[in-house]
Amino acid sequence: MNKIVLSLCLAGFIALPGLAQARPVTLTTQLKNYSGDGAYLAIYVTDAAGQYQKTLWVSGKKAKHYKNLRDWARGSGMNRAEYDGVSGASVGSGRALKVTVDLADTLIDAGYEIRMDSAVEDGRDNPADVRTPLTTEGAGKPAAGRGYVQSLTYDM
Amino acid sequence: MLRRIHSLPALIATLLLVVAAISGAILSVNPAIERLGTHVPGNGQISVAVLAERVAQHYPGVEQIQRSPSGSITVYYSRDGGTGAERVDPLSGQGIGPYAPSPFTRWIKNLHRSFLADTPGRAVAGVSALIMLVLCLSGMALLIKRVGGWRQLLRPLRGNFSQRWHAELGRVAIFGLLLSALTGLYMSAATFGLISDGTQNELDFPSVTTIGTPAPIGTLPALQGIDLNDLRELVYPSPDNPEDFYSLRTAQGDGYVDQASGALLSWQAHGGIQKTYQLIYQLHTGEGLWWLGLILGVSALSVPLMGATGVTVWWQRHRSMPRIADNSGAQSADTVILVGSESNSTWGFAKALHDALREAGQRVHTAPMNQLATQYRQAKHLFILTSTYADGEAPSSANRFLARLDKFSDSHRPSFAVLGFGDRQFLKFCQFARDTQEAMLARGWKQALDLDTIDRQSTQDFARWGQAVGPLFGRELTLAYTHNHPQTQPLQLISRSDYGIEVQAPTSILRFGPIAPKGRIARFVRRIGFNGLPRFEAGDLVAIVPPGSPVPRFYSLASGSKDGFLEICVRKHPEGLCSGMLHGLQPGDTIHAFIQPNPGFRPASGKAPVILIGAGAGIGPLAGFIRNNTDKYPMYLYWGGRDPASDFLYKPELDGYLADRRLTELHAAFSRVKQGAYVQHRVLDNATEIRGLIEEGAQILVCGSRAMATSIMQALDGILSPIELDVRTLKLQGRYREDVFG
Repeated sequence: MNKIVLSLCLAGFIALPGLAQARPVTLTTQLKNYSGDGAYLAIYVTDAAGQYQKTLWVSGKKAKHYKNLRDWARGSGMNRAEYDGVSGASVGSGRALKVTVDLADTLIDAGYEIRMDSAVEDGRDNPADVRTPLTTEGAGKPAAGRGYVQSLTYDM
Repeated sequence: MLRRIHSLPALIATLLLVVAAISGAILSVNPAIERLGTHVPGNGQISVAVLAERVAQHYPGVEQIQRSPSGSITVYYSRDGGTGAERVDPLSGQGIGPYAPSPFTRWIKNLHRSFLADTPGRAVAGVSALIMLVLCLSGMALLIKRVGGWRQLLRPLRGNFSQRWHAELGRVAIFGLLLSALTGLYMSAATFGLISDGTQNELDFPSVTTIGTPAPIGTLPALQGIDLNDLRELVYPSPDNPEDFYSLRTAQGDGYVDQASGALLSWQAHGGIQKTYQLIYQLHTGEGLWWLGLILGVSALSVPLMGATGVTVWWQRHRSMPRIADNSGAQSADTVILVGSESNSTWGFAKALHDALREAGQRVHTAPMNQLATQYRQAKHLFILTSTYADGEAPSSANRFLARLDKFSDSHRPSFAVLGFGDRQFLKFCQFARDTQEAMLARGWKQALDLDTIDRQSTQDFARWGQAVGPLFGRELTLAYTHNHPQTQPLQLISRSDYGIEVQAPTSILRFGPIAPKGRIARFVRRIGFNGLPRFEAGDLVAIVPPGSPVPRFYSLASGSKDGFLEICVRKHPEGLCSGMLHGLQPGDTIHAFIQPNPGFRPASGKAPVILIGAGAGIGPLAGFIRNNTDKYPMYLYWGGRDPASDFLYKPELDGYLADRRLTELHAAFSRVKQGAYVQHRVLDNATEIRGLIEEGAQILVCGSRAMATSIMQALDGILSPIELDVRTLKLQGRYREDVFG
């Protein structure tokens, strides 16, 4: 019972900003040519202090690997409701991922950040592989990653 | 049924299993290689805290420390905005080289677990593991059935090349394959969530953390308490997040460690399910158990060979199933032929009988014994041709025959004749044919002909039986069964030595060579070492096709192809078509022949003594064994002839072999001299010595007539009874082999 209530609350939380004002944002992620299998990625929004706000996209289908996306996993609690409808397959070495998601206007130019965690089987975990401020000005400018990610660009 | 359970999935999945096995074998060496390059400190020598402190000196930006099951330590770090990974020495924490997992290994791993096809591929791999399990179990059941009980499993195996190797490899590799299949299946089931691997109820991140100044890692009590050898992974907190903590995974459980106080914030010991999964994973991959990995790898290497021999065996069986032309209906036929066959070889004989009877104007119905009707309205004759499976059991096409026999009507019963096929070397020779015969007599069936038997698919035996069948139809019946034998090859008589004419046992040692090469290329090929002979060893059989008969005759070979000639020892039979032809040959004359391997009849490898027993022309292969005994292992020859002055076959050669120790002792007996004796008497004279040799592990090879072989068996049973052994036991152990004719 509690779980259902919790899920409903979470769903409401996600839906509300959407109801207010939202716009589509295209996220383009280019991976480096690393040696390893497809990468698990989590793209999410945090506040300036690094507090998790919202999941934008999760790549990789096996939930048991999600804990390797450490910061995102901590923030989101890996709740299915957090990434339902915004997940897809893992991304291979050297490949690009391009997805369009809805983002609430309230999160833009309000001191929030886009972060991306990455992990590869038998390889290292990269919490905060990419960090970039979420601003109108920053749109279209690639932000470099420090791990498997070459760059992350958001366009709106 | 069991056979179909074995061969059907195998035919479908062979290719997949071969890919999985070869890739598995390649992966199996990794744990051993990794272990070789790793220094593992003793238990209690280094704690995680100590290692982390040392690592911190060399890698200020360390983010993650991993320990592989074989003990190698990898440090992941960031430095100057970039990241790196290095293997470090567990004692000093100093880097010993970059950590770069091989792309080849990764590719092989993906090939092994998913055939490079991701989730669908993983499903296929899981099904392959299941098929492998089915093959292991059904194969083991088949083998146990074939050798006649699990107690006999380790005995020497018989059969042709593919059959023997398939079973031989199977019984060696079964444990490795079974373990790989079972553990692989478990892992696959866990991947697809059919079985829990215990990771579902993982420890949640701690909700409450104290915020304090991070303490040096070496001082954290939780890490001090954990031995390095128990570490799996230590993940460092983000440097810019004071609320973050260390994540710790160990062999015993997982937990989180506060970066200020060093206390365990939470801890969850591994449950039974998780431990089980870890054990299964380890048993499958050999990680941390390098020796097991190697055993599994070697076992896996048998799979391609098992696949090749298995498909060959299946194909041979499939091919030997003849298409019966003009098969009449069961109720309209004058004559019914029922076939009991395991490997289908009996069908060839049935077809020959079918064709001959049809030519004789009969309407013939041929079917498996399991298709016995409840009545045959028109039939006057019923022929049952059957082999025997394993230890006297019904072959697969006859296993329901006796039950169906009870349902046969009391009227419309044709008179019957049973012909058994088998190998006299087996203890229950033609047992099922005898059982069938008795069952039919007991149910009041009328017998047209006595039970007859065919030893080792002898075409002569079969032709002779045909002569007995003919009168039932008031005419002569020629049963010309030809094996699907290979192309014959011409051979030229080089020399002959004749014995025994004075004692009415004309016997010749005939030595053949290849036809002289014609043309320069052929001469060149011959000169560089191809002697132009087919490959054979002493004890194999040469099949000679006499002119005017389609049926080849088999003679035991007294030489190997390495000797450079093909030698046989042939006694002339008064009416013998082939022996007569051979005895008429003069040097330069040509015969046509092919080789039939007979691997069951030859000395076993090893230093155990060999006792050779024979009479008359049976000395041929025995002399060949002695000639090849260049390592001079102990060999004892017992041989019986008629008169030393006339038929002492191989006398000059044997004297030479005694002199150079290729032959240890020679005991010859002659029957047509004063106080004449047969070879079994000579054997009995030396009872004590023979008993001693057998206790040493000696092997006995007997070659000669059926009558002589029977006498020898009786003599040896008498000799062996004081040490509670008998020929039967020796046969089961593969230490008593016969090559018997006539």
